[in-house]
Amino acid sequence: MAETKTGKIIKVAGPVVVAEGMVGARMYDVVRVGAENLIGEIVELHGDRASIQVYEDTSGIGPGEEVRNTGAPLSVELGPGLISSIYDGIQRPLETLVEQQGSFIQRGSDIPGLKRETRWAFEPTMDNGAEVKAGDVIGQVQESSLVLHKIMIPAGVSGKLDGLREGEFTIDEVIGTVVGADGQKTELKMLQKWPVRRPRLNQQRLNPNSVLITGQRVVDAFFPIARGGTACVPGPFGTGKTVVQHQLAKWIDADVVVYIGCGERGNEMTDVLMEFPELKDPHSGEPLMRRVVLIANTSDMPVAAREASVYTGITIAEYYRDMGYSVALMADSTSRWAEAMREISTRLEEMPAEEGYPAYLGARIASFYERAGRVVCTGSPKREGALSIIGAVSPPGGDLSDSVVQATLHVVKVFWSLQSRLAQQRHFPAIDWLTSYSFYKQYLPDTFEDKAKGREFARMVQEAMGILEQESQLAEIVRLVGAEAISAKDRMTLETARSIREDFLHQNAFHEVDTFSPVDKQYEMLRLILHFHQQGLAAIENGIETSDLFKLSVREEIARAKYLPNDDVGKITAIQDKVNEQIKGLSPVAA
Amino acid sequence: MLKEYKTVSEIAGPLMLVEGVQNAKYGHIVDIELGDGSIRHGQILQVENDKVLVQVFEGTESINVRDTTVRFLGKPMELAVSKDILGRVFSGTGIPKDDGPRIIPTQKLNINGNPINPFARDYPNEFIQTGISTIDGLNPLVRGQKLPIFSGSGLPHDDITAQLARQATVRGKGEAFAVVFAAMGITFEAAQFFINDLTQTGAIERAALFINLANDPAIERIATPRVALTAAEYLAFAEDMHVLVILNDMTNYCEALREISAARKEVPGRRGYPGYLYTDLATIYERAGRVKGKTGSITLVPVLTMPEDDKTHPVPDLTGYITEGQIIMSRPLYRKGVLPPVDVLPSLSRLKDKGIGEGKTRDDHAALYNQLYAAYARGKEAQELATILGEAALSEDDQKYMRFANEFEGRYISQGYYENRTVEQTLDLGWELLSMFENAELKRIDQALIDKYMPKFRK
Repeated sequence: MAETKTGKIIKVAGPVVVAEGMVGARMYDVVRVGAENLIGEIVELHGDRASIQVYEDTSGIGPGEEVRNTGAPLSVELGPGLISSIYDGIQRPLETLVEQQGSFIQRGSDIPGLKRETRWAFEPTMDNGAEVKAGDVIGQVQESSLVLHKIMIPAGVSGKLDGLREGEFTIDEVIGTVVGADGQKTELKMLQKWPVRRPRLNQQRLNPNSVLITGQRVVDAFFPIARGGTACVPGPFGTGKTVVQHQLAKWIDADVVVYIGCGERGNEMTDVLMEFPELKDPHSGEPLMRRVVLIANTSDMPVAAREASVYTGITIAEYYRDMGYSVALMADSTSRWAEAMREISTRLEEMPAEEGYPAYLGARIASFYERAGRVVCTGSPKREGALSIIGAVSPPGGDLSDSVVQATLHVVKVFWSLQSRLAQQRHFPAIDWLTSYSFYKQYLPDTFEDKAKGREFARMVQEAMGILEQESQLAEIVRLVGAEAISAKDRMTLETARSIREDFLHQNAFHEVDTFSPVDKQYEMLRLILHFHQQGLAAIENGIETSDLFKLSVREEIARAKYLPNDDVGKITAIQDKVNEQIKGLSPVAA
Repeated sequence: MLKEYKTVSEIAGPLMLVEGVQNAKYGHIVDIELGDGSIRHGQILQVENDKVLVQVFEGTESINVRDTTVRFLGKPMELAVSKDILGRVFSGTGIPKDDGPRIIPTQKLNINGNPINPFARDYPNEFIQTGISTIDGLNPLVRGQKLPIFSGSGLPHDDITAQLARQATVRGKGEAFAVVFAAMGITFEAAQFFINDLTQTGAIERAALFINLANDPAIERIATPRVALTAAEYLAFAEDMHVLVILNDMTNYCEALREISAARKEVPGRRGYPGYLYTDLATIYERAGRVKGKTGSITLVPVLTMPEDDKTHPVPDLTGYITEGQIIMSRPLYRKGVLPPVDVLPSLSRLKDKGIGEGKTRDDHAALYNQLYAAYARGKEAQELATILGEAALSEDDQKYMRFANEFEGRYISQGYYENRTVEQTLDLGWELLSMFENAELKRIDQALIDKYMPKFRK
């Protein structure tokens, strides 16, 4: 590595500092700025003059102070101990910061991301003498009751495995060595580092082939996200973006969840921190926190670290993907990330594109979402990992023509459109069924063990969508001429549409049972609603009054089906018989 | 040692450039002595080699290049605090404005504060009874929350903030309570109304006021909310008090920020506001909260006027993205004489679910507001439909919901500024209004709760 020299500050403007005399500095090297030892990153070079984005508040910094180059790019520490942690945007553990500095964040602290003193029980899974290369799994550590952490050979290392042993180690103790072809020895530790702005390697990208079940009816049935897919949730404030993100983080069928709170509210992160340890994973019954890594760079924390936080998060997510896990990453909100880019760009006096955002906004967003995917991981044993990304977007005034929304829609395959109108009606999740879309619908039938049932579900969803579409047209007419003027069948359609909206799509995130709805239950619920619709239409043919139909007491049972226990969907199926019975009991009006 | 310079080279708008300065630090403050001996204050916005860009709080009027002396104080802007700030009135930068004595500080605090570590935050979950039904019943406020009031010109946000300051209380606890009021660019009358109200109720004894009036220097407003929140932090976290902070009016603050940004020739964002407006507002709003291991709390109620009642204007829009909900004032309701005119449907308190329920308010609270809300939303739709089609064309159901909406506005929302309702009164009133519906129509309430409460209200 070229020799790097200490430079001197010549300019301070908010989070951007310019220093000269930075001989040998490279783009994206991490530097320490001033007497306070603030952490920064080089984002522009002119000769030996470097522009630096500083991850901490720059008050009190002035020209003449030193800037020291660490000679390394911004990296994260990878190894056992990530799970259940909460980090700031540059992987400083917030829990440790509280212990050391108290309740308020001070500047210049230099705490490593992973605890050095914890001892982990390491169990080798490969024999000494074996030929290994980068990505090979050589052993494992039970990191939490939900995550078995695979220890892999770091990038650029290959040769014969030697001295690997079982035992309790800290992450920077040597657990074995690799002897290269040239006889050179590399010591193996559980701790690895990876530069955040560089995607981790994989052997092969694959297309998504299955749906990631989230337990949210409107998502799973209508607009599913694939394992390894990408989705975005744009919406004005108050439409429940964060609740959607939290719900997904809680219930999504993934092995590991990385949640990035990027420039959002402090209390929301506290909510996650207090709630997740209490919630149980529906599959294993273990506390949900045991599969979660949190990155919290709240809106009052320095803006440059906000820019870095999404990269920190996704690198950690990729690391777990490389172990062969299905990882889900939630970024709330990518707009704040884009704004951080804009702020840095403005201070660098770059030529702006739309709304002051830098011209490279679209490229950065695209390459972020492209880090999602289903992959064949590098190394042996052969394994498949997946990384799914769900990004929230906060467009100003809810305007979907916003640059960040548009750049995001170019790359993501699922669009959950949140509407204020629905939120105001307290229809949650406020995902608009008419404007949202998903390109992963074709994988839905395969999610069911019984494929025929899966295909039937897909057909019912199609039918329900048709009814909702019809509703939107009929509603126009009703608005003009009143509900009495349309035919009985159309009235039935309107009533069923209302039932689909209120009894199926509407889901109460705060209700003990309704917060998570397994697909089997979703199937039965939708089948019940459509059953009533079909029976109703048939009854109308036979001269039954719609008002009599709508007054049937079974309709209340349909409405409350969502609150029936998840493990006994037979109860929902049973309501169908009641529907038949009660409709049979009606008599047509005498002609 | 303080360094003095007489090397002012440029003055433009609220900004001043000083050259040949040694050791200037970003964010530090300066004293500016004019030719006539008067003193102004400023803050360093940018340093480049020996050139320093200073924003002048009191404006640059009558400053000249030749006779001005700039003193670099070598420290960030600080506020002298002690418990004695209660009962006092200060300028927008924290200098005593009444005829009381100087504050003898127990601490001097940087007005920019430090971000609260998210791990150290304690979740806001203590219900604050405001005595206002539309807030207590439908959008409950909790300690440590930031809940803005979105208003418009000519709407009575002053009355409702005064009512809040007067009535807000956590029930059953005799804990130390304080009000910090920051006025930014509001009129003398508006400020005086608030002060008089506090004086009449005796609440002034536990209030600290930071006043920047409409005719005070606009740039000073940049510091005002930070000064006020520094005082609040001291009271909450050093003196263990529960502090209610009212910032009125944030739109004026944002305009001052825009002025600085324009003078610096920065690339503007929407409507000329700087691109960092979100971040800037967040560093103010996020100072509200509770902290683990501390008794006190900061509850923040910023007030802002929406230009043209437009919620998508950058100031309300970005505020809404940071705060935990919003209370929106309605012009049509105000015209109908419904006071306080809270527009229930778009108003929201995000933290409501944590602060209510059994043991906090009452077990029926959550279900009840969902049902009231849904019924009112439907009633509103019916009201609109009636204006198009005429009331006679509405279905029987729609007519009933419309009747409900009218009753709801007339009795639930409307209560005046001096009626202080307990949360039980508010909840009971909700049941009473809902009693016009059949039980089966109350889909959002569990049957058990209906059985428990409804019979009392059925006639």
